Amino acid sequence: MSKGFSKTSVGRKVLMALSGFFLLIFLLQHFIINSLSVISPDGFNSTSHFMGTNPLIQYVMQPVLIFGVLFHLMMGINLELKNKQARPVKYAFNKPGENSSWMSRNMIITGIMVMLFLGLHFYDFWIPEIKTKFINGDMSGLNAEGGMRYFEELQHKFVNPIRVGIYCLAFVFLSLHLLHGFQSAFQSVGFRHNRYTPTIKKLGNLYAIIIPLGFIAIALFHFINSSH
Amino acid sequence: MNLTLKIWRQKDAKSAGKMETYPISNVSPDSSFLEMLDLLNNELIDKGEDPVAFDHDCREGICGMCSLYINGEAHGPDRGVTTCQLHMRMFKDGDTIYIEPFRSKAFPVIKDLVVDRSSFDRIQHAGGFVSVNTSGNTQDANAIPVPKRDADKAFDAATCIGCGACVATCKNGSAMLYVSAKVSQFAYLPQGRVEATERVLNMVEQMDKEGFGNCTNTGACEVECPKGISLEFIAKMNKEYLKAATCAEK
Ligand code: HEM
Ligand code: SF4
Ligand code: FES
Repeated sequence: MSKGFSKTSVGRKVLMALSGFFLLIFLLQHFIINSLSVISPDGFNSTSHFMGTNPLIQYVMQPVLIFGVLFHLMMGINLELKNKQARPVKYAFNKPGENSSWMSRNMIITGIMVMLFLGLHFYDFWIPEIKTKFINGDMSGLNAEGGMRYFEELQHKFVNPIRVGIYCLAFVFLSLHLLHGFQSAFQSVGFRHNRYTPTIKKLGNLYAIIIPLGFIAIALFHFINSSH
Repeated sequence: MNLTLKIWRQKDAKSAGKMETYPISNVSPDSSFLEMLDLLNNELIDKGEDPVAFDHDCREGICGMCSLYINGEAHGPDRGVTTCQLHMRMFKDGDTIYIEPFRSKAFPVIKDLVVDRSSFDRIQHAGGFVSVNTSGNTQDANAIPVPKRDADKAFDAATCIGCGACVATCKNGSAMLYVSAKVSQFAYLPQGRVEATERVLNMVEQMDKEGFGNCTNTGACEVECPKGISLEFIAKMNKEYLKAATCAEK
């Protein structure tokens, strides 16, 4: 690879897209595991335990994921700042809606909203996990009564209606982000083909709506169950 | 038609500019936008005022000189036209029309509505050409077969007139549509393949140096481009760049 690849506009676009692809795959995996919490609490417990204790996932995939999220965030902010500098004097009158979608123009806003949520999400799930496993040294995955703890921990997070509201809102922003991002990533890496691109766009819209909606449905499922 | 024009006036590159209001009457709906500005300038000259400076040359949509950001869009509200091809019938009697220069760090204003687009020329100089031996033995281009599909694509890319509407429109002030058209025009042809690696690397490097922004695939450029240059060419350039930056032996 030539020196400065990550310093050029096209190189950065490609890296942005690659980190986006990675996050898309991660999100799908996360969604499948969360779905288990609705279909099979036992399945959810055992899968969570596997994900939380498997050394490959804990020590390889987890750092890669954290790096991926931070990279995507920093690169996104970097590109946004550069792009702002490219037009120092604004138009007195502009009609961007005539030629582009809201989603495509506001990736940094939807992205930062998702990041704010990720902060909360880390505070809610990830930090307690790390504390239990690596500070208290409890790798058993069991609660005080000796049962698996993951499913009930999940349920406890979806009791507070404000939390659930924030959670759902975050996925609306993620949906908006992906309505543009999914197909955009293919364009960025140079994949465009008369036969496949229309399918990619449709697939992107499906992904961007179904996956966030699924996360919202799972949250509401646990919230409604908890209020009985 | 009677109209109110709000026009960006700026004495020279160094001075600060501002929007000024000019009423204009008796504009024919069949006149072009530039003819309407000529009319205004005649009135200003009659009154002893400084006429509005704007770029123009061919006035038939082929040179790319006429620019102007009209009512929030490059080359105004019509599609697939340059400003010289824009008709006043696209507007209504009594309309207020905002007329601004193309805005980009890489297109500094020289005076009023005239901007310096020589950054585009420098990108061209960085690689937008095919080197030929001019010893007199130059091979007939038709001797090299080109697949029809590739010839069509190269031709489509070559219709870019370098007007800069893509940059003016893009929320990121990105020149990728322009540069991708210039890269692709040669990348599809066997004669252009010879220098393809250096071309894409050098042209992208120059584009970045000039201070253009990064494409975020909003697609606004494609909509506002008077020649209908497709985003397909940006994908092509990205692919060419990726190949050049990762696989080329240097
Ligand atoms: C951490 C918070 C996030 C921020 C600040 C952020 C920001 C951005 C920005 C600024 C872009 C560039 C827009 C463009 O070039 O078109 C982008 C693109 C993208 N993002 Fe995010 N994003 C975030 C989270 C996510 C997540 C969680 C996913 C996926 C699950 C994702 C998937 C994508 C994809 C697929 C693209 C398209 C890449 C491309 O156009 O080449 N982003 N993001
Ligand atoms: S790509 Fe279109 S808008 Fe951009 S310079 Fe060429 S003709 Fe003008
Ligand atoms: S003046 Fe030549 S394209 Fe408009």
